[in-house]
Amino acid sequence: MILTDTERAMADGAQGPAVARAMDLLLRYGRALGAERLVECGNVAGTWSVSNPILRDHAARGFDAAFSEFNLDSDEVVAVPHAATHACQLITGFDLAQAERLGVDPKLAGLQAEAEAFFGGRGITQHATCTPYQVGVVPVMGEHCAWMESSAVVYCNSVLGARTNTEGRESTGAASLTRRIPYWGYHLPENRGGTDHIEVAGPVAGMTEWGLLGYWLGEAVEDEIPVLDGIAARPVMEELKHFGAAAASSGGVEMYHIPGVTPEAPDLDAAFLGRAPRRRHRYGAAERRAAWAALNGANTERAVDLIMLGCPHASAAQVSRIGALLEGRRVAAGTALWIFTPRALAAVAERGGEAATIRRAGGQLLSDTCPAISRIMPKGTRVVATDSAKQAHYLPAITGVTCWFGDLDDCVRAAVTGRFEGGLPAWS
Amino acid sequence: MVVTLRGRCVVPGRVEGEALVTGQTISGWGGMNPVEGRITERRHELRGQSFAGKVLVFPGAKGSSAWSHYFHLARLSGAAPLAMVFARMTTKVALGAVVTRCPAVTGFDADPTTSIRTGDWVVVDADAGIVEVLRRNPEREEHP
Repeated sequence: MILTDTERAMADGAQGPAVARAMDLLLRYGRALGAERLVECGNVAGTWSVSNPILRDHAARGFDAAFSEFNLDSDEVVAVPHAATHACQLITGFDLAQAERLGVDPKLAGLQAEAEAFFGGRGITQHATCTPYQVGVVPVMGEHCAWMESSAVVYCNSVLGARTNTEGRESTGAASLTRRIPYWGYHLPENRGGTDHIEVAGPVAGMTEWGLLGYWLGEAVEDEIPVLDGIAARPVMEELKHFGAAAASSGGVEMYHIPGVTPEAPDLDAAFLGRAPRRRHRYGAAERRAAWAALNGANTERAVDLIMLGCPHASAAQVSRIGALLEGRRVAAGTALWIFTPRALAAVAERGGEAATIRRAGGQLLSDTCPAISRIMPKGTRVVATDSAKQAHYLPAITGVTCWFGDLDDCVRAAVTGRFEGGLPAWS
Repeated sequence: MVVTLRGRCVVPGRVEGEALVTGQTISGWGGMNPVEGRITERRHELRGQSFAGKVLVFPGAKGSSAWSHYFHLARLSGAAPLAMVFARMTTKVALGAVVTRCPAVTGFDADPTTSIRTGDWVVVDADAGIVEVLRRNPEREEHP
């Protein structure tokens, strides 16, 4: 690979052993990809968390040792220096502020609290959310980033027009110390053009419709770059957050274009960089029904134990809307309602009273994680309902529960009655 | 020698061993048990089988960005594949192969997942970008 003088010096240890180990990992990774060089990246989203029983033994040897192994792939234990970039912590293994009530081992909770202070003091902002772009981590168009978390990666590329590949724990750790990442894939402008033309043959508006379209789309295009043609109603942030997460779960979509909406697609031709689409697909009534069936088709048990909202983490507007829907209602006995939002937005909901409204109705506002990551649910949970296609995709595979996907109104009704009665809405 | 595939080096090294082949992409987080090196994804054709100590031949990586982390954990548990031979390059599989520290090759002149069959004895010379099938698994029928 071609290195600048600064990069050569970093690799040779001019900035200390941790930076040298980070460069060693980035060079091994860059050669593996076939990248010609590195690129400067000033925005990193990764994970430094030890809130996982497998990592606990390593963390017991100290955070320097855990970081060297899991964030740098280094056999040599190096002291963790301060980050050289803006860097933030993504989702973790449990809600640290409510660990005791959730039954988390107090030793693991104590270790995670120490890790947050340790890495927070070294420049890793402890947002603990899958949606850093909701809490002020908003790279500008064209900015080179190194992000993990598939739902955040697709949002970063598509909605913000910033540039990132799907990075991993080791590459984001190394990027945080060097401000470098291999110049490959989505960092190159010529790789960001659409490949697959999608004719959207009916109205897509509202969270449920965007979730269904995303879930179908991922299966249809896998990790290609789809361009949506026929979107009449301008989507809002929450809809794109949900849509991208769904498409990144059922397939591996890391970037999409919506002409007239997303920043690199002023029109259809620009979305394809003036090239012809390689494949054409049509999203019609049959495809929409198939997406619904893929999520709900095998489910029979309608008595629900848990309603899970906030995957990806709910926005302030979503928390507010859930609070309004719960006003004067009460969650059924034997059913739990858990709503996940970034810890920064949970603080806002405490100040604004939405959290109190949710608690008064018998629901709970949680942060830092989700049931698919933490595997923490109320004891005995067998049947779940959620308004997230991503959570409905992963939760049965990871925890063995039955999971319904449905509209927010139907999910809140299920929380109040204890039964999920939602169905595929009429397409109009 | 039965088959020779030419590609390019991803992670250097030279090993030989038994192949475990799948035509389906592989998940890290949510799709495998890193302590046993076992595929756990429901509906995966390798479900229940372990890639520990095998030459893993697969189309590529899919799923969560924790792919490399889970293969990293597999190496620390002694459950890593002996080598990785794959068709489609992505950041997930590149970083995963690097931190697994096993010889890895991609960019072939033919599809490795149809050229190699489970149980074949394979030499992976990653430095040279060459994968050779030395002998076929005798228990599997030849399909032209």
